Amino acid sequence: MSEEETYSAAGEVGQVKMRRTALQRMWIDLKNAPFSAWFGLTVVVAYLLVALFAPIVAPYGEAQVFPAPYAPWSAEHYFGTDQIGRDVYTRLIFGARNTIGIALMTTFLSFAIGGSLGLIAAINRSWLDQIFSRVVDVLMAIPGLIFALMLLSIFGSTVWTLVVIIAVLDSTRVFRLTRAVSLNVVVMDYVEAAHLRGEGLGWVMRREILPNILPPLVAEFGLRFCFVFLTIASLSFLGVGIQPPTADWGSMVRENASLIQFAQYDMTAAITPLLPAAAIALLTVGVNFIVDWFLHKTSGLRDEH
Amino acid sequence: MSTKNKKSGAKGTKGDILLEMKDIVIDGYSDERWHEIVKGVDLTLRRGEVMGLIGESGAGKSTLGLAAMGFVKPGCRLTSGSIDFDGVDLMNAPESKKRQLWGSRIAYVAQSAAASFNPAHRLIEQTVESAVGHAVREESEAKVDARELYASLQLPDPDNIGDRYPHQVSGGQLQRVMTAMAMSPRPDLIIFDEPTTALDVTTQVEVLVAMREIVERFNTAAIYITHDLAVVAQMADFIKVLRYGEEVEEAETRKMLTEPKMPYTKSLWSVRALEKPEVKGDDIVISIKGVDAAYGGAVKVLHDVNIDVPRGSTVAVVGESGSGKSTTARVITGLLPPVKGEVLFNGEALPNALKDRNKDQLRRIQMIYQSADTAMNPRQTVAEIISRPLQFYHDMSSKQREARLVELMKMIELDETFLDRLPNELSGGQKQRICIARALAADPDVIICDEVTSALDQIVQEGILKLLLRLQKEFNITYLFITHDIAVVTAISDEIVVMFQGEVVEQGLKSEILSPPYPDYTQLLLSSVPEMDPDWLTQLTDARSA
Repeated sequence: MSEEETYSAAGEVGQVKMRRTALQRMWIDLKNAPFSAWFGLTVVVAYLLVALFAPIVAPYGEAQVFPAPYAPWSAEHYFGTDQIGRDVYTRLIFGARNTIGIALMTTFLSFAIGGSLGLIAAINRSWLDQIFSRVVDVLMAIPGLIFALMLLSIFGSTVWTLVVIIAVLDSTRVFRLTRAVSLNVVVMDYVEAAHLRGEGLGWVMRREILPNILPPLVAEFGLRFCFVFLTIASLSFLGVGIQPPTADWGSMVRENASLIQFAQYDMTAAITPLLPAAAIALLTVGVNFIVDWFLHKTSGLRDEH
Repeated sequence: MSTKNKKSGAKGTKGDILLEMKDIVIDGYSDERWHEIVKGVDLTLRRGEVMGLIGESGAGKSTLGLAAMGFVKPGCRLTSGSIDFDGVDLMNAPESKKRQLWGSRIAYVAQSAAASFNPAHRLIEQTVESAVGHAVREESEAKVDARELYASLQLPDPDNIGDRYPHQVSGGQLQRVMTAMAMSPRPDLIIFDEPTTALDVTTQVEVLVAMREIVERFNTAAIYITHDLAVVAQMADFIKVLRYGEEVEEAETRKMLTEPKMPYTKSLWSVRALEKPEVKGDDIVISIKGVDAAYGGAVKVLHDVNIDVPRGSTVAVVGESGSGKSTTARVITGLLPPVKGEVLFNGEALPNALKDRNKDQLRRIQMIYQSADTAMNPRQTVAEIISRPLQFYHDMSSKQREARLVELMKMIELDETFLDRLPNELSGGQKQRICIARALAADPDVIICDEVTSALDQIVQEGILKLLLRLQKEFNITYLFITHDIAVVTAISDEIVVMFQGEVVEQGLKSEILSPPYPDYTQLLLSSVPEMDPDWLTQLTDARSA
């Protein structure tokens, strides 16, 4: 890997010049970004800040129990308390931390697995490709949620098994996408030129192909991130997701769902279980706005009038 | 005006003004603002005349040609000027009016016939579509007429070829079917947009003859857009030269060829004058011995190929497409291990497969591709592209690389500021120069050039060829130059290898190959290369039919 180190130190004088232009370009892009992109960025940044500083922002502890369960909204408990008397507002804030953290980890893991195997399959195009592709076909043939439920009941429902199982199941789709878009790139002359130069598999994957298939992968990342969210939420709703007392939005919906029937007496009580659901929805919309903007920017659509 | 006899095809009187465009200004949208692409050009075309529009890419010739139909591509707009087509004001005509004219009285023949046909329909259905659609004639009548057109375009089996699908005929045949399609409604005006650029020379001649005949027979006016002067000399009555969206010069073909007025026009003409004095080398650097090669183990594409490449000289490999030129290159580079035979490098056998060769062997043979667009990673800057071989083969530190980069840029006559650019911020010629720099960076003995100039305009081509010659002189580099363009061959080569259907027809010094007596195939290949003489095509067809 000494080869890599010399590369990253490449042309320091030139690098400074280039890096500044890259930054400038980014700023120009940001300034020209449409409102939806700004909205998405704001939402995501706000969520991240809340997640990072949850203990400071939240008024109470994550699992702190108060004497009155199902307390109504008040100055003391902004959104009331849940079925065993925990502050809903506090748990919403901690929920951001757990849910986003786990979703992010899962998505990254699934892209690492699916992406690298997809690239190898596309470059190799031999029996290896056949093996990977057929295994993926088999995995995709089993309904995802049921498969996840089964695996979770076998391996136990810890955060880590949750992350790994969802990541592996999701990586099948990433694999297919990566392989499909890479196939168009591996036939390019510059990939052949790299082979002729004698470059190894790693270089061809990371330097020649990956940058050119990034736009569809990033778009997929945005979508997958949201789907992981929904998968975790539905698993939590079914009771095998994130285990109590860890706060997460999916289980919060389930635990307080029964409050909805009191809508005719107290509107705020009925809204309480919908709050975590709204938190998920808002983040999903925000992330997809950003992804749309990125896609629009890289696909060259702006040149068509 | 519409009292023309459609059966005989004679239209109006020859000499009437058919199309008059005045002070045409067309804007194009790029980099977030509008630029002028065509800057106030006038164009007058009379019935039965063929006008040649020539210029480099980006000169606005296609845009102007399309504007003659009252059409602009998406991302462009007609800003001002007037277009008068036989009494119809195309500038202000509503879309519906223009649609009536398009395909019935004005037809368009595109560059890539393969991309312009619908693969799901039979050729004859597509040929008669516009004539039937515009109610010029009945379908059955139109089909009979189409078969006649096929026959006069010298398509094989004209009665049945129309029943085939586009992928079942060759590129040259498809281009002729497209001409028949344009002719079917007997238009007053046909616009040919580089119709033979994608064809190889032997096919090009057939298509040119067919197109010229049919245009003459029906007394159709035509605008012929191309960047190949020799081709336009055969087709056009008069020529208009465009540059940067402005007219440089317009004159009758003969006059234009013999006494061009403007310096720019003269420079266009001079490209073909480039010629390298040949040198006989005897220190053989690459020797291909009895090579057979096949794709997928089954289809044999090379048969017993023997080629010797002397050090410091240029060996041109010529032949039409499918003759095995590029396959030979793939065998040398190791991308396609030969079934039989071997490749000797400096007298030693090279391992057949790419993965068995060591870094030094790889370094010594570099390759430059036809399409510089796809040969460079669009996400890497020029500096990254060129410095990779420096680091990979020569283990240079970042400081050494920086210095060498500047040197290399000087060698390829480009400014250092290009180093920070991405490939899509470069022109075609600049891209090819960067590819040359990348090959040079490896410090190779041999560079294989696969049709490196065929995607470029004449002037840019000349620049690249001169650069290659200079580099050869300075660094004693050996070139294996694959091409189908004989003008390029005379410009750059010392020796020539003629290939046909996977076999070497002959190899020898340029002066030997290019002088009689020729083997049959060499004769055909050489005689098919258009010359700058307007009578060349006529003489050639006379000679061949005799």
